Amino acid sequence: MNLYEALRMAANGLLGNRTRSALTMLGILIGVSAVILLVAVGNGASVQINNQVQSLGANVIYVYPSNARGSGGVSQGFGTGQSLTQADVDALNSKQQDPDVLAAIPIAQSGGQITYGNQNYFAPTTGTTPDFPHVRNYQLAEGSFFSADDVTARHRVVVLGQTVVDNLFGTTDPIGQTIKISRQSFRVIGVFAQKGGTGLGSQDNVVVAPITAVWAYLTGARGKVISQIVASASSAGTVTQAETEITTILLERHQISDPAQADFQLQSQQDILNQATSISTALTLVLGAIAGISLVVGGIGIMNIMLVTVTERTREIGIRKAIGARRRDILMQFLIEAMVLSGLGGALGIAVGALLALEAPKISALATSGFPTPVVSPTSVVLAFCVSVAIGLFFGIYPANRAARLHPIEALRYE
Amino acid sequence: MITLEGVTKTYRMGRIEVPALQGIDLHVGRGEFVAIMGASGSGKSTLMNILGCLDVPTTGRYILDDTDVAMLGDDQLARIRNKKIGFVFQSYNLIPRTTALHNVEMPLIYAGEGGRTSRAREALGAVGLADRVNHQPTELSGGQQQRAAIARALVTNPAILLADEPTGNLDTSSSLEIMRLLSRLNAEQSRTIVLITHELDIARFASRVVELRDGRIVRDDTNAK
Repeated sequence: MNLYEALRMAANGLLGNRTRSALTMLGILIGVSAVILLVAVGNGASVQINNQVQSLGANVIYVYPSNARGSGGVSQGFGTGQSLTQADVDALNSKQQDPDVLAAIPIAQSGGQITYGNQNYFAPTTGTTPDFPHVRNYQLAEGSFFSADDVTARHRVVVLGQTVVDNLFGTTDPIGQTIKISRQSFRVIGVFAQKGGTGLGSQDNVVVAPITAVWAYLTGARGKVISQIVASASSAGTVTQAETEITTILLERHQISDPAQADFQLQSQQDILNQATSISTALTLVLGAIAGISLVVGGIGIMNIMLVTVTERTREIGIRKAIGARRRDILMQFLIEAMVLSGLGGALGIAVGALLALEAPKISALATSGFPTPVVSPTSVVLAFCVSVAIGLFFGIYPANRAARLHPIEALRYE
Repeated sequence: MITLEGVTKTYRMGRIEVPALQGIDLHVGRGEFVAIMGASGSGKSTLMNILGCLDVPTTGRYILDDTDVAMLGDDQLARIRNKKIGFVFQSYNLIPRTTALHNVEMPLIYAGEGGRTSRAREALGAVGLADRVNHQPTELSGGQQQRAAIARALVTNPAILLADEPTGNLDTSSSLEIMRLLSRLNAEQSRTIVLITHELDIARFASRVVELRDGRIVRDDTNAK
């Protein structure tokens, strides 16, 4: 018996009871479409997180002060130390010992109420140097970024992110306008292009000013604190070398011989990416596993129906055996029937799942809530199809074997 | 063609052993048309099952077309049924929702033989159903269904045709039609036919009548035509 004949018999058997076949298939269809959809959502979340992390800047390495220790050695929390200085930044920018570091910038953070006219808004103010857009991968939409002279002269100028502009200015052109940060006047000289992304803290909710101005007018009593140094490696491939170079320079400058005692710590874009990826992979797996349960339920449905079918068609099995069907002919017939059921259900389930994944972003409530755009991966499609056929095989074996073992005389006598 | 030597068959019903056949010796030669008669419980169904290789004897030998089939396994018996035996049942036993043509093709499919469609059409033509090939069993009369079943039995060109009460479900005229068809196949194609029946009228079509009672052959006559 060849495959064509086997498929023809299976089709004949399945078409004999269309409603039942369709309902059984529905079980697998729902399971597979759930797997496809949920894995697509998980993948979409991965892509979203990746994009966000990438948008933080290419090849970026963050240097944070270590947790400050109080007199009794009590940790005062992440990033509370004050071990980083402008001299460290200058050393990292010298490029003598660190050829793989493209640029390093100091960051001083300050919170504060921002007002323009009668509008007010809250956003963190970042004090830094002219390399900021380059290192953090920001483009200017309007105006210009501040210069080294602005830094030297502590000019009170700011460049705003799109979110800040939207909240303070509405339709007014912000360039040349004066805003107040913690009651200090700053002139707007530029606006960043939108970076998009939500979740990990919007990249568009920023106010950037010369670090000297932030120190002079905003951080007040805390003095010239550098809360972090951001460095960019020359390429993605040199991030590890750049990290080693930065560590060496800073250990030397801080006169620390044991790296375990370092008063600073490094985190690369890659580290963040790895963490985010492992979280989203776990998320995808959990979603897929939950949907997988419904696939198993669908498989049990197939087994149930195949058992009913075998009992109903006992006489037919007897006839087939009488005219020469061997055990494996009968086994194959019912196995293929089960696999056609599950395979067809799987294929339709893939179509439905993919359709839902494609249509989901069009639901406005989802789109505005920052729900990730589902990404249907070809791997999940192929895998879902293979798994559904395998489910037919697995859950079909018992009923098919039962059919194959029927004794021809008893089967023929069955009414 | 068929030789049975000391064939017995005993069924076990729990602890009790029920003897169905108690030593049958029978020889059917090529081209014979034998009717096996007997009341219900005489063992004729058991004999039919053994002749049809659906069951094996408890003791004794059964040689079919030079093959000793008494000791064969399930799949080998299936092969013998496929190649050497053509079944015709009382209740036709066509596969439902399947056209007459596909039903007749079925033994060839299991045999893995080629030229199926043309051979099946030919067999259906031989029983006068050339214009009904694409009809399903439910669209055929009883007599037509039984003729389709005869076509299915003949399509593999088997050594014997086993007909178990082939007219049991048919009215008189259809019964006559079927019996004439079997007689013609025996006369024109020298088909070896073993017919099981309890009706004398039907048995009269055969050239030889074997009567069973309590699992033994009690009469073996050649019919005068």
